[in-house]
Amino acid sequence: MSAETQWSDRFEMVVGLEVHVQLKTATKIFCRCSTDFGAPPNANTCPVCLGLPGALPVLNEHAVDLAMRAALALGCKVNATSVFARKNYFYPDLPKGYQISQFDQPLAVDGCVQIGARADGSPIMIGVTRLHMEEDAGKSVHDRFPGATAVDLNRAGVPLAEIVSEPEMRGSTEAVAYLHAVRQTLEYVAVSDVSMEEGSLRVDANISTRPRGEPKLGTKTEIKNLNSFSGVRRALDAEFVRQCAILDAGGRVEQQTILWDERANEVRPARSKEGSHDYRYFPEPDLPPLVLSLDHIDRIRASMPELPDARRARYSTDYPNLTPYDIEVLTAEPALGTYFEQVARASDDGKAAANWVLGEVLGALKTTNQSISHFTVRPADLGALVVLVRDGVVSHSAAKQIFGVMTRTGDPPARIVERESLGKVTDDASLIGWIDEAFAEHPEESARFVAGERRLQGVLVGHVMKKSNGRADPKRVNQLLLERAAK
Amino acid sequence: MAVTVDDVRHIAALARIGLTDERATALVGELNTILQHMDVLAKVDTGDAPEVGGIGASGTPLRADAGPPIPLAHSGESFAPSMRDGFFLVPRLSTHE
Amino acid sequence: MNAADAVRESLEQAESVGAGRDGLNILLYQNDKQAHREAAELDARDATPGELHGMPVVIKDNLATLDLPTSCGSRILEGYVSPYEATAVRRLRDAGAIVIGKSNMDEFAMGSSTENSAFGPTKHPLAPDRVPGGSSGGSAAAVAAGIVRIALGSETGGSVRQPAAFCGVVGVKPTYGRVSRYGLVAYASSLDHVGVFGKTVDDAALGLQTIAGLDPLDSTSAAEPVPDLRAAATGGLTGVVIGRPKEFFPPDLDPRIRDRCDAALEHFKRLGGEVRDVSLPHTTLAIESYYIVAPAEASSNLARFDGVRYGLRLGGDGLDAMYEATRSNGFGPEVTRRILLGTYVLSAGYYDAYYRKAQQVRALISRDYANVFASGVHLLFTPTTPTTAFPIGSKSDPYEMYLSDIFTCTANLAGIPAMSLPIGRVDGLPVGGQLMANYFDERQMFAAAFALERALGEDAHR
Repeated sequence: MSAETQWSDRFEMVVGLEVHVQLKTATKIFCRCSTDFGAPPNANTCPVCLGLPGALPVLNEHAVDLAMRAALALGCKVNATSVFARKNYFYPDLPKGYQISQFDQPLAVDGCVQIGARADGSPIMIGVTRLHMEEDAGKSVHDRFPGATAVDLNRAGVPLAEIVSEPEMRGSTEAVAYLHAVRQTLEYVAVSDVSMEEGSLRVDANISTRPRGEPKLGTKTEIKNLNSFSGVRRALDAEFVRQCAILDAGGRVEQQTILWDERANEVRPARSKEGSHDYRYFPEPDLPPLVLSLDHIDRIRASMPELPDARRARYSTDYPNLTPYDIEVLTAEPALGTYFEQVARASDDGKAAANWVLGEVLGALKTTNQSISHFTVRPADLGALVVLVRDGVVSHSAAKQIFGVMTRTGDPPARIVERESLGKVTDDASLIGWIDEAFAEHPEESARFVAGERRLQGVLVGHVMKKSNGRADPKRVNQLLLERAAK
Repeated sequence: MAVTVDDVRHIAALARIGLTDERATALVGELNTILQHMDVLAKVDTGDAPEVGGIGASGTPLRADAGPPIPLAHSGESFAPSMRDGFFLVPRLSTHE
Repeated sequence: MNAADAVRESLEQAESVGAGRDGLNILLYQNDKQAHREAAELDARDATPGELHGMPVVIKDNLATLDLPTSCGSRILEGYVSPYEATAVRRLRDAGAIVIGKSNMDEFAMGSSTENSAFGPTKHPLAPDRVPGGSSGGSAAAVAAGIVRIALGSETGGSVRQPAAFCGVVGVKPTYGRVSRYGLVAYASSLDHVGVFGKTVDDAALGLQTIAGLDPLDSTSAAEPVPDLRAAATGGLTGVVIGRPKEFFPPDLDPRIRDRCDAALEHFKRLGGEVRDVSLPHTTLAIESYYIVAPAEASSNLARFDGVRYGLRLGGDGLDAMYEATRSNGFGPEVTRRILLGTYVLSAGYYDAYYRKAQQVRALISRDYANVFASGVHLLFTPTTPTTAFPIGSKSDPYEMYLSDIFTCTANLAGIPAMSLPIGRVDGLPVGGQLMANYFDERQMFAAAFALERALGEDAHR
């Protein structure tokens, strides 16, 4: 039994999450510098993102549109007027001494995210308090030069959306489920690469602990430095244990910033100075309020793709043969579901399409380390292969061979069938020839079969299939074997 | 609302301005003299007056998501106090020592 | 006139009045070679000459220029050369102007006398024991001393109009958004304006219409079409209603300044205008509102001077020590005072009482103007300043100095256009009269200024 489960009989963990996602724009939020990664230090900088004296911000429309898409996808209401504000603090990688963010009038408010269902089937909904836009800071490198911190401002000014949840997650499992749901949704609407490894999705967690049954929230701490979803889970559990121990000993949790140490697998309070901020927010005077027309908001709304929940609901109606698990896997990322639907449409067989996608396709993606959107096998071609099997042109085992060739060459199946003579062989002359060969090579089994040992029929079919390189029509082979036994 | 020497120290810390004791003490008087005059504002009935005064009511302009970036006539090396391998260098933050 | 001659004459005049640091301290930076070279290039060019062909200009030290430092009169930026150019400067140069120097100013434009410069005070060209006003004192003095006909300044609370009044030149602050702030080192962004000094109203009109107009690099710049201000010289004042706001003529106003203003108002009447008594009741709260909003924004705008990327860096034993040493030594006492005041009024627990309240009062001040203009008044006329140029070192109390802006800062709070022009002298020192107009109605304002300048003739400088 782990430490947190020992405590969870008596205490309840309450979590709220702040998710920062980098919006996929070509240029920064307030200047025309590139957002590309990997440039030499400070190569992607200009007077604006260097914070040079006299430079001024101008808002990137695409960043606004992407933030709106994210907000609408998370069920938020987009405010017709929102206001940028300055968050003032000193840090070497914050060039202006303030971050342009949004404060009391954010871009969007009041969303919600479903993260699964309770035991009674009721959905678990987590409220999204707000979504606002802000600029990223630069990068401080502490270990490159002795005694000095090196500052690279290529990332300074990259657009971010910050998504703040209500403190409504009970436990680390719900917190991670929320993160999965948010990431999946943002991936569907294609606003961000949402990769925690690459830093395009970052998470801060607010956690408090209260005795079970207590309606009031406890004092929260904020955990920073979270690098992965599993890190979020472990950090929350560790901080929960820390808070429980304090409460159990009659102490009080101090409101402070907690740092997660991934390597040591432990939490430790940050130095007090890092936690005691007075950001002196005030409206950014260099940017008038962001005023969005209803037309503009509607245009974004109209361009929204289908969201994960809607797609799951549609699959269960349109493809009644799919299991809930099939649907879950097929909708995990938007491109996979789209691929599946194209195969299903091309073959007019949802179940077979799902079987191929969930089996062979996922397997091939894994072994070849490809992404579905760049997969060599075009969905129409896979659909054609499904049809070839259904029409009896190729056997199932031949189809698997053909698929293997398709993953390597990207050729359509008909061409492979022709080139490699993989079409199903149904003419009796050829089949009898292979049966004769099989009988000759396995005289004992053949004799027993002819003598009446019918359970050997499958073994013999196998021999024949092998002889034919999988091309023999198994149905006809079975008939011919029975005819031979009856003689 | 009178400013104390602790207030002065606190705001100087927020503003990252080092102050000698004499300067801090002097500033208590200077700031209080100024703020005393400001107290008249508290008595004004501002009713429904908005907080932001009249600029850019029609909304901030939006620009296309495209370059080119604003060029620099000369590079960081020409104005930075300390630069190496393209990085701006600063003394290390005490928490990272 | 060819550019080479114009530049040579200008530089000779600068030399003869002693514009350098050891003289009147008008110009902080000059690059004579560069100016001569640019002039020669301009003269050699085949293209149609620009409106300002070969015209020497002086730029306030807080506007970014490529070939001369931009130090904002501060030690923290001493020697800093901007790698980009302010839009207003670029537009002047595109029209053929030649920058001959950067002018002295109160550090980061915080002051009303140019005494707060880290590089010493500028001396009044007519009375070297007196201040030229500020914060754009160097630019005003450069025009008054005959070095240039056009100079750029900046305004946050009156920093163009007040020194223009003190120096006996024309100074104009356009509508907020009329001229791009791109490249103007920010003091208080919502109050900052680029302004123009001219020897005459026509010089000011030429300078302003050259730099005005939408700039995609400044989100607060306006898409309003720019009128031909120089064309306003020929119009009369028939049917023009000029308001005389009583709050700008308090009982304790220097009667000699009041007389000059009343004489100017008589001219307006003679020219066909109607003078009407009006009231802008919230004017009395302007200084208080201004000295909360401006320092608050300044405390944030000046955070970028941290010794990391440019400018002064001191200390070195750890990051915090570097910040504190750089900023406490790099900023002068008045800048420090305003940063701390601004930090205080924005800090937790005080925001509502100070900053929010001051912004609301600001909205009431704007509303006063809207009401008066809606009532059929086209222009307002007031004294620019309550006094003439005062002796260097005579104002030691910061708040007393703040009162120098009492008649000017309302136009910054409201964002309306305003200008000062010479209307006579008192004890040999210039007195300025101020015209204010409705948003983007600079043309009407200039029409009145041209008419008054013509009517006053030599009396404007007597």
